[in-house]
Amino acid sequence: MQILLALVALIAVFGLAWALLWAVGWGLRRLLGRTTVSPLTFLFVGLTRNWIRTVLTVMSVAAALFLYVALGGVLDTLKGAIQVGSEQRLITRNGISLVFPLPIAYRERIAAVPGVQTVSCSNWFGGQDPNDPHNFYAQFAVDAATYFPMYAKDVEFVEASKPQVQVALAPGVDPALAAFMSEQTACVVGVKLMKKMGWKLGQTVTVKGTIYPGNWPFTIRAVYRAKVKSMREETMFFHWQYLNQMGMGGQSFVGVYHLALSQPERAADIAMQVDAMFENSSAATHTETERAFEAGFVSMYGNIPFVLRIIGLAVVFAILLVAANTMLMSFRERTTEFGVLKTLGYSDGTVFAIVLAEAAVITLGGGLLGALLAKSLVQKFDLAVLPPMRVDWSTVYGGVGVAVLLGAVSALIPAWQAMKLRIVDALRRV
Amino acid sequence: MAIPISYNVRNILHRPAATLTTALGIAFTVAILIGALALASGFQAALLETGSDDNLLLMRKGADGEISSGVTRDAANIIRALPDVATGEGGRPLASAEVVVLTNKPRLGQPGTSNLTVRGVDPEALKFRSRVRIVEGRMFEPGAAEIIVGRRIAKRFADCRIGDKMRFGQQDFTVVGHFEAGGSSFESEIWGDNKVLMPVFRGDVFQSVTFRMKNPARFAALKRELEADPRLGVDVHREREFYNDQAGLLATTIRIAGVFIVIIMAVGAIFGAMNTMFAAVSARTREISTLLILGFSPLAVMLSFMLESLFLALLGGALGCLIALPINGIVTSTTNFSSFSEVAFAFRVTPLAMGVGLVFAAMMGVVGGFLPSLHAARQPLAQSVREL
Repeated sequence: MQILLALVALIAVFGLAWALLWAVGWGLRRLLGRTTVSPLTFLFVGLTRNWIRTVLTVMSVAAALFLYVALGGVLDTLKGAIQVGSEQRLITRNGISLVFPLPIAYRERIAAVPGVQTVSCSNWFGGQDPNDPHNFYAQFAVDAATYFPMYAKDVEFVEASKPQVQVALAPGVDPALAAFMSEQTACVVGVKLMKKMGWKLGQTVTVKGTIYPGNWPFTIRAVYRAKVKSMREETMFFHWQYLNQMGMGGQSFVGVYHLALSQPERAADIAMQVDAMFENSSAATHTETERAFEAGFVSMYGNIPFVLRIIGLAVVFAILLVAANTMLMSFRERTTEFGVLKTLGYSDGTVFAIVLAEAAVITLGGGLLGALLAKSLVQKFDLAVLPPMRVDWSTVYGGVGVAVLLGAVSALIPAWQAMKLRIVDALRRV
Repeated sequence: MAIPISYNVRNILHRPAATLTTALGIAFTVAILIGALALASGFQAALLETGSDDNLLLMRKGADGEISSGVTRDAANIIRALPDVATGEGGRPLASAEVVVLTNKPRLGQPGTSNLTVRGVDPEALKFRSRVRIVEGRMFEPGAAEIIVGRRIAKRFADCRIGDKMRFGQQDFTVVGHFEAGGSSFESEIWGDNKVLMPVFRGDVFQSVTFRMKNPARFAALKRELEADPRLGVDVHREREFYNDQAGLLATTIRIAGVFIVIIMAVGAIFGAMNTMFAAVSARTREISTLLILGFSPLAVMLSFMLESLFLALLGGALGCLIALPINGIVTSTTNFSSFSEVAFAFRVTPLAMGVGLVFAAMMGVVGGFLPSLHAARQPLAQSVREL
């Protein structure tokens, strides 16, 4: 739908531009009362002179710009991914690395640190789809009574089962979670995951454990939608207590602690205080803001952003060649025509401008087409390991700017040649 | 009768600027394709070379990587004592029960941190992983709080120089050496003595046991026996297959992304090639008419122009190979999400990748040359000759 709209808009813009050019040319002719043709009409004639070539060039510029903007979109997504996550909350993990757990005993001690409001915990479950191990999605075991209140502003529940029995909910827990809270084997699932797997509310689904062996059945009791970007909609949450009993034999290991702060402005202080407290205990901790924690995952991509930039540059260089080649060919064929124009009294500057304008229209057209197509298509992609793909408008503008610049650069030589052309030389070739 | 090929070659050389720009457009497309393939095969090779077909890797049932696995000390001892384990000098079994953990370290010269694999091994591990060799410093002393660091990460991460200290738990470990392992993913790991590392990390459990088979031909039977043994509760993998599986996801992703990028680029390059060929055809209207009048069939004319386009594309393909060659051997690194840890690897420009690039270039030439060639063959004779 978006693509269609973009295409229609593009055609409309082109149509308008055409009409405008034509109208201006016609108006000028009437106004000046002369039979000379305005430079704008030459632009039009030049572009339609060999329409196959014009279309081919526009398409090749469009293909290149599509790629350039799409790659830029991946970079935007990566850049965006380090800016999600709250700076108001802290995450405490094991100091060595995330794969090591922390003892549950830390919970009370962290909660006692001044400035910490509530503490919740979550464990990475690392389960697989038993039918297709490559069909990855994330599962977390969370302390639901504290976790969901802490993230109340980040998620909303769009579907929920009715509770079998009336239960008293912990303060701050959404009433929609009543059924989930009263059932040990219940889970909460994101809307995108529901759609991807074709699950229904109330269905019992099986997850194959890799860290915690065995097949784990969970019943879907609520479906959430994310209200902020940091929250993925392809995640399954279930009760940490259940994992503790069934998977850890009651050893109560915690993956990470989530800390909501009553004094968020002291976040850095509090993080240091927490880490100092456990510095010499069996498991030293590392505490950072949720945003820094999320950014840590992005930095694991290592050199990939750099590689994408290199590819982007190569693509731009390739367009430059294609565009320059077309301009050169097109104008070489028209040497005689420019000679005639000059004979008729058009100035060097006008001829220069005609050539540049023609190049600009071709590259601008191709650039807009490719960039808008990339913007509308790329955002439909959703990779499980990244936040939803996005393309910033600044990337689109940048891409179109690059295209126009390339057009100008590649037309500069032929435009210069056309300007410096001596009538005698041009007409001798006839 | 066919038109001589030299006609096309001369035509291409007659327009050096147009030829070069078109060929370069194709060349960049081919170079990106080869680059993507080189990245994927470099990564895969790093992991593939990690394992040996004669070694078996045992992990807990259902575990999808060493990090999520656990093998008890008892099980490890049972496995070490198996008659199927090859023995080295002094009759010691060529087996290594390994502690595998991740440590988060800051990158050097780049913002951010990444996970490094720390592997606690038995001293025998080096005897059946013959490619592991100390290149600087010395081996860690058994029983001492010492570690050796893979050559490829030594320069990329903090605290990895010889003499540096790394803190795990409450104990400081000294880096005493750097090792190489034939470019395999072991070169992105930190190794130490499992007896020292085990208590620091996870307590009394190993993550995997690897051993050299006495008789590799017995693999299938051995796998069946060990997986059925209730005392062990393990899955049995050939070491090489295991590491290949670990590479699969990322290598496939790189290949798919690379091909996707290249196909779009190719569309652009094909349009460029079509432009050039259309121009070549229209500039030679008279020549073509003459050829047709002389009695060359339209098919021969068409074939001739297709050939010209193919030459142009192959020239671009060859240029693309040349552009891509220098990236061979450049070391880069990323996180392998199958093991959640950093793997440094070198781009590998294989002959196969270059072949694929050339075939791809030829395809671009044929597709881009088709319409212009058709146009040439369907020249309205009377009109073209009148223009003379």
